[in-house]
Amino acid sequence: MSNKCIDSGNNAAAHAARLAGVEVVAAYPITPQTPLTEKLSEWVASGEMDAEYVAVESEHSALGVCIGAASAGVRAFTATSANGLLYMSEQLHWAAGARLPLVMCVVNRGVGAPWSVWNDHQDAMSQRDTGWIQLFVKDHQEIVDVTIKAFRLAEAVHIPVMVNYDGYYLSHTYMPFELPDAEAVRAFLPPYVYKHALDPQRPENLNSVTLPDARRDAGGVLRGGYMDIRHNLQQEMHQALAVWEEIDADYRQRFGRGGAPVLEAYRLEDAEFVVVAMGTLANQFRDVVDRLRQEDGIRVGVLAVQVYRPFPARQLAEALQAARGVMVFEKGLSYGHQGALFADVKSALYPWPARPVLRNFIVGIGGREIPTNELCRNLKQACGQDELPPEVADTPNWIGLQL
Amino acid sequence: MPDSRFKIMTSAATSGPGDAGRTGSWRVERPVIDYSRCTPARTGRHACHLCWFYCPDVAVSKTIEPQFDLDYCKGCGICAEECPVGAITMVAEETFAEGGADE
Repeated sequence: MSNKCIDSGNNAAAHAARLAGVEVVAAYPITPQTPLTEKLSEWVASGEMDAEYVAVESEHSALGVCIGAASAGVRAFTATSANGLLYMSEQLHWAAGARLPLVMCVVNRGVGAPWSVWNDHQDAMSQRDTGWIQLFVKDHQEIVDVTIKAFRLAEAVHIPVMVNYDGYYLSHTYMPFELPDAEAVRAFLPPYVYKHALDPQRPENLNSVTLPDARRDAGGVLRGGYMDIRHNLQQEMHQALAVWEEIDADYRQRFGRGGAPVLEAYRLEDAEFVVVAMGTLANQFRDVVDRLRQEDGIRVGVLAVQVYRPFPARQLAEALQAARGVMVFEKGLSYGHQGALFADVKSALYPWPARPVLRNFIVGIGGREIPTNELCRNLKQACGQDELPPEVADTPNWIGLQL
Repeated sequence: MPDSRFKIMTSAATSGPGDAGRTGSWRVERPVIDYSRCTPARTGRHACHLCWFYCPDVAVSKTIEPQFDLDYCKGCGICAEECPVGAITMVAEETFAEGGADE
């Protein structure tokens, strides 16, 4: 049994957290995430959701409460946006280093200053090296499915997972989606068990000062030093990609949705040119690609990056081997360098024999409108430019500047 | 449910002396006790023991003559600060034989 509804992306995320059997929610409201946490607090207050809602004074505390809850063996959830995410930053590193299986929805928004409440991906980009798994979704159904799957992933690999969805484009728009049956979700996602659950009967030191070298603990057991622990996180981040595919396959078998959990290809089979993008932008490009194929006969496809960390370098390189040109469109950058996704795609292709021509486009920063016509025009132009001087080709193009 | 293929290495260990390594090597001052002033040593009774109670590293024994475990005593001086009869003095490590107790 399932439940079809038409609702906002924030409410879709709230439904997913409720279905996942979250036991502790600690969150601080911030636009455009606010309606998600309001919905959860409503359900907790009305008794529709059997969870503890901790009203905290800041995002730093919100993640701190979740870290405490997860350390005590409780399934915890939080959500934030932009400056709220950055306020959590220190705790993000902590949650990953402590290997706590948290799930957080990040409703992507531009980062101040200047103050902005509109969408781009700079908030998530700035937290890319914290050791969190970062997933990007494209519609409301994916918000539901990916958030539920994210809990299972986090608990399987013991790495926290961030589910990113575009502010306003998804958070505040209404779309039809299907909610899985609660009983079926419980079967898919069994209760959370943590071997280091805080237990007064069995005191432990968790993440106290950890020396540079490996050492024997009080019980004579050899324990990793800081570097060993961090190396294990790096190794297991990479291994998590295969687990994510297994979890998606199981979900698909049970609920009938999924199938492209890492990269989602659209009209890529015969594509000479490939657009690489994340989030709703990848969906918008489906229209662009259809139009360019129909009106101009350009064989172009879209590759949506759905897992940004761990970066699926091998899968991307394989998917792009046959392309003549790859255009990376993105809503965030590494200031003073270029688009963060672009730089990653470029480095993923370097060790491989075929290196398509690469171009970088920055769009929609701080909610600047992204007209489909503009995407068509720029993409069409880029498809005819194989011979640009290296430095020009490597410089990001900002689309939609008004000054 | 954790995946058995994952090691999930964390910094977690049963607490106890030595859990953070032999912290005695951090010490620049060593506690020296004058048993002629120390309450349990002087009375032969389990009394006071504030040095044992306050030591954050469990490096003082709860014995009639309290002993310091110099493998783990960091030399923080809390015992000397708390001793109500002033029996404990912090003495600079360099006044002891070369290298002190920890090589």
